[in-house]
Amino acid sequence: MAGETLLKVQGVETYYGNIRALAGVDVEVNKGEIVSLIGANGAGKSTLMMTICGSPQARNGQVVFDGEDITRLPTHLIARRRIAQSPEGRRIFPRMTVLENLQMGAGLDNLKHFKEDVEKIFALFPRLKERQSQRGGTLSGGEQQMLSIGRALMARPKLLLLDEPSLGLAPLIVKGIFEAIRKLNQEEGLTVFLVEQNAFAALKLSDRAYVMVNGKVTMSGSGRELLANPEVRAAYLEGGRH
Amino acid sequence: MTNSSETGTPGLMAKAVREGIFAGVIAFGMFLLYVGIETYQNIDNRLVWRTRWGLLAIFVIVAAVARFLTVGFIKPHLDRRKLAKAKSGILEISEEKGFLRTHFLKIALIALLLYPPVSVMLFGPQGSLKYVDNFGIQILIYVMLAWGLNIVVGLAGLLDLGYVAFYAVGAYSYALLAQHLGLSFWLLLPLAGILAACWGVILGFPVLRLRGDYLAIVTLAFGEIIRLVLINWTDVTRGTFGISGIPKASVFGIWSFDVGSANYFPKAFGLATSSAWYKIFLFYVILALCLLTAYVTIRLRRMPIGRAWEALREDEIACRSLGINTVTTKLTAFAIGAMFGGFAGSFFATRQGFVSPESFVFLESAVILAIVVLGGMGSLTGIAIAAVLMVGGTELLREMEFLKLVFGPDFTPELYRMLLFGLAMIVVMLFKPRGFVGSREPTAFLKERKAVSGSFTKEGHG
Repeated sequence: MAGETLLKVQGVETYYGNIRALAGVDVEVNKGEIVSLIGANGAGKSTLMMTICGSPQARNGQVVFDGEDITRLPTHLIARRRIAQSPEGRRIFPRMTVLENLQMGAGLDNLKHFKEDVEKIFALFPRLKERQSQRGGTLSGGEQQMLSIGRALMARPKLLLLDEPSLGLAPLIVKGIFEAIRKLNQEEGLTVFLVEQNAFAALKLSDRAYVMVNGKVTMSGSGRELLANPEVRAAYLEGGRH
Repeated sequence: MTNSSETGTPGLMAKAVREGIFAGVIAFGMFLLYVGIETYQNIDNRLVWRTRWGLLAIFVIVAAVARFLTVGFIKPHLDRRKLAKAKSGILEISEEKGFLRTHFLKIALIALLLYPPVSVMLFGPQGSLKYVDNFGIQILIYVMLAWGLNIVVGLAGLLDLGYVAFYAVGAYSYALLAQHLGLSFWLLLPLAGILAACWGVILGFPVLRLRGDYLAIVTLAFGEIIRLVLINWTDVTRGTFGISGIPKASVFGIWSFDVGSANYFPKAFGLATSSAWYKIFLFYVILALCLLTAYVTIRLRRMPIGRAWEALREDEIACRSLGINTVTTKLTAFAIGAMFGGFAGSFFATRQGFVSPESFVFLESAVILAIVVLGGMGSLTGIAIAAVLMVGGTELLREMEFLKLVFGPDFTPELYRMLLFGLAMIVVMLFKPRGFVGSREPTAFLKERKAVSGSFTKEGHG
C-alpha cells in the first residue's frame, strides 16, 4: 500500500479576503491509495481541494505533486499535470451531450485515446452509454455525477480529486458510485483523494483518512481506525449525521 | 378526449371572446396616448393636438381579434397536435426530415448565386439595383455581422453589446488607408480584419474577469468610446462630416468600376454603363465573405478551440479544471469575432463610398445582437433566417406604399420599424424562446449524427 508520495500538502494556509479558511494543513496522498477527508460543513474540505487546484492559491505553505511544486501554478496548468477533478456541484456542461462532455475531458491528449477511453467509461457507467447523445443538463443527479467522474477520468489522471460525490444522491446510487471508485483503484491503481460528508461510506472505502475541523486536520489514520475511533463515531457517525 | 380540447365548445368560445375583449381594453389603454393623440405645430408655430380615433381603433381591433383567434383556435390546435404527437410516440429528434429540409442549405446557396442575374433579367440592370443592393447586400452585411458576433456571443457566451465598434474600426481602416495610402480593397480587406482583431484583443484584456451583465456594460462602453473617438478626432476622421469619396473595390485589380478608367468593367464586357454591375459584383464579394465566415465557424467548432469556446459558455470553472486556458480562449473568441466585424466594416465602406460615425451607433449593435438571439445562439442557419426577416422586413416597409391608402398620405411605414422589430422579438421569444433554430449539432459522435432538439433541455438552461 505504502507507495511513494504523489501529493504532499505542507502547512497550507488559504484565505478568502481576510478570512483564513485553511490554518496550516498537512496532507499526504501516496500512489495507489484512496485517501478521504471528512469533516463538518465549513471545515475547509472543499477549500483544500480547490487550493490543490490553484483556485484560490495558498497564501502560505506548499503543494507538491509528483515532486514538483504546483502551489503557484494557474489552474489549467495544474490540470495539465494530470490532476483531474470532479468538482463540487459536478459542473458538467449542461447544453453539451454526454459524449461531448467526455470529449472535453480528453482534450489534454488531443483526443488521441478518445474512443478507447470512452468505451472504458461506458463499461464503468453503463447508464452513460444509454444517454450518450442526450444533453448533460437533462441527466438525473446520479447520472450527472457519473458523467463528472467520467469526464475527469478521460484525462487519464495520475490523481483523481472527488468533491462530495455523494451530495444529494440516493443511497443506492452512492453505493454504485463508490463501488466504481473502488474498482478503478483496484484494477487500474488509480490514486483518489476524496472529500466527503458521508463519513461512514468514505471511511469504509478509504485506505487512509483525515478529519478536518475549522481549517485544521485534527486526526488521521487508516479508514478502519477512524471508523472505530470513539471521537469520530460521536462527531460524524452517530446521533444523526453531522 | 375531453370537451375542453375541442374547438367550438361554448366554454372555449366564451373564454376566447372574454380574453379578446380584455386584450382590446388593454390595447386601448396602452395606445390611447401614443396613437390616439398626435401633436403637431399649427401655422402660428404653436403645439396643438388632434385625435386619431381611426388609427387607434385599428390597433385595438387587431389586438382583440388576434387574442380571440389565439385563444379560440390557434392554441387548441397546437395543443391537439402536441397531444397527437405524444400519443403516436414521435419524438422531435426522430422526425424524418423532408427533401426541402435536408437540402435546404444547397438550395439556399444556389438561389443566392442566381439572385443577381435573375433580378437583372426581370427588372433590367437599373431596376435590379433595388433588389441586389437594398435587399441582397444589405441583408448579407447583417448576416456576416451576426455570424461574426455569433462566435463571441453564441459560441463563447460572452455578451458583447459593443460589436459595432469593430465594424467601425474595419470601415475607417479601409476608408483612411485607401485614401491616404491608395492601397487596393483586396489588400486592405485582410488588413482591416487584422486591425479589428487587434482591437478585439485590446477590449478582451480588461474584461477577462468579467461575465454576463458586467461584461455587457463594459463592451457597451467600449462601443461608445470608439464612436466618440471617431466624432472628436476630427484631424483624422473629419468628425461628424465623415469621410467621403472612398475608392471603389476593383475586380482583383484587373477591371475597375470607375467610369473614366481604361479598364472599366462594363466596357470590357460590352455592357451598358450602369452602377448595377458594381453592386452585383459587391453582392458576390459579400456572399463570398459570408461563406468564409460560415466555413471558418463550422471548422472551428470541430476544433479544440471551438469546443473550448462552447465549454467556456457553459462553465468557466469546469473548463479550467480540465486544463483549458480560459484567457487565450476568450481572447481568440474576441479576436476572431472582431476580425469578421472588421471585414464587414471595410466592405461597408467600399460599398457606401462614405463613412461617418452615425453608421456605428449603439442601435446597430443592438440590432445585430437581436438577430443572433432571434436566430438561435450558435445556429448559423437560424441567424441567417433572422437576418433576412429583420433586415429584409424593415427594407420591405419602405415598399409598402399601399399602406398610405389605409392610413393616409402622411403615413411613413419606416417610422414603425422599431415598433415592429420589438413586436417581432416578443412574438418569437414567446413561441420560440431559443430562437428560430434552437437545436445545436453535437460535435462528438461514435457512430451516427443526431441533432439534439431544444425540447430536451429546460428553458433558460442553455
